[in-house]
Amino acid sequence: MSASVRTALAVPPPRRRRRPVLLQALGEVLLTLGVLLLLFCVYELYGTNLVTLREQSALGKELTESWAAPPAARDRPQAREPPLGRAFARLYLPRLDGAEALVVVQGVSVPDLKKGPGHLPGSALPGELGNLVLSGHRTTYGAPFSELDRLRDGDAVVVETRDGWFTYRVTGARVVLPSAVEVTYPVPGRPGAAPRDRLITLTTCHPKYSARERLIVSGRLEARQPTSAGRPAALAQA
Amino acid sequence: MYGWFWRHLPGPLPVRVLLAALALAVVVLLLFTVVFPQVEALLPFNDVTVDGEG
Repeated sequence: MSASVRTALAVPPPRRRRRPVLLQALGEVLLTLGVLLLLFCVYELYGTNLVTLREQSALGKELTESWAAPPAARDRPQAREPPLGRAFARLYLPRLDGAEALVVVQGVSVPDLKKGPGHLPGSALPGELGNLVLSGHRTTYGAPFSELDRLRDGDAVVVETRDGWFTYRVTGARVVLPSAVEVTYPVPGRPGAAPRDRLITLTTCHPKYSARERLIVSGRLEARQPTSAGRPAALAQA
Repeated sequence: MYGWFWRHLPGPLPVRVLLAALALAVVVLLLFTVVFPQVEALLPFNDVTVDGEG
């Protein structure tokens, strides 16, 4: 065997292997991105709930304090609705939450809804003629309306304000496109018509984790009673 | 990059571990309080009202 062949067959002299720096960096970047995405999911599914929990307890306190304020402090002609972002009322969905209340905030902007379900400004006040429209998160931020699809016709939807209790009964639920603003009209579906009923409309997104459609639950006022009369029967059973 | 970071941490091993954990905590806190809330605004699944924007 000639010397040249022997050289060719021989194992190459051990060279210092260069670490594939670029590949390693790429790997680290990809791993980091993966971890970031996971963390984001954790934030959406759990972190946002903590935000809402904190806001709800602050809003609840705000309601209790403002309702306890002496009438003298309210002598001035009061605004019909509280300022945006402030506590509006308490909402009870006995079928879903038992006797537990959600504090509704005034307004339906993104920051408002992080605090809890929101009252559409300009829509009816509890017990008023027209349509009381409340919107809430289906997922994330406490997901107050997460189980809204479990409400059945006849279920109670109770709203508590400074003045008293308003018991609505569910009359129907349907899924509409996000553009279906007509469900929020004083007479749903009939723009400009004078309201003769006292309605409530709950809106949230549908299906869960999507914004493709909206889930709409409608109800009608069944009974009202002053605060002094205590909790309505619909809640007593819960 | 993590190797670079680790090599530039001062002190003996326990101190380094502590510093690395601290840095991680700061990063996660920043993500949860600053970055994620802003990213989230760009995502659609929080649209719950009927306004024709969805």
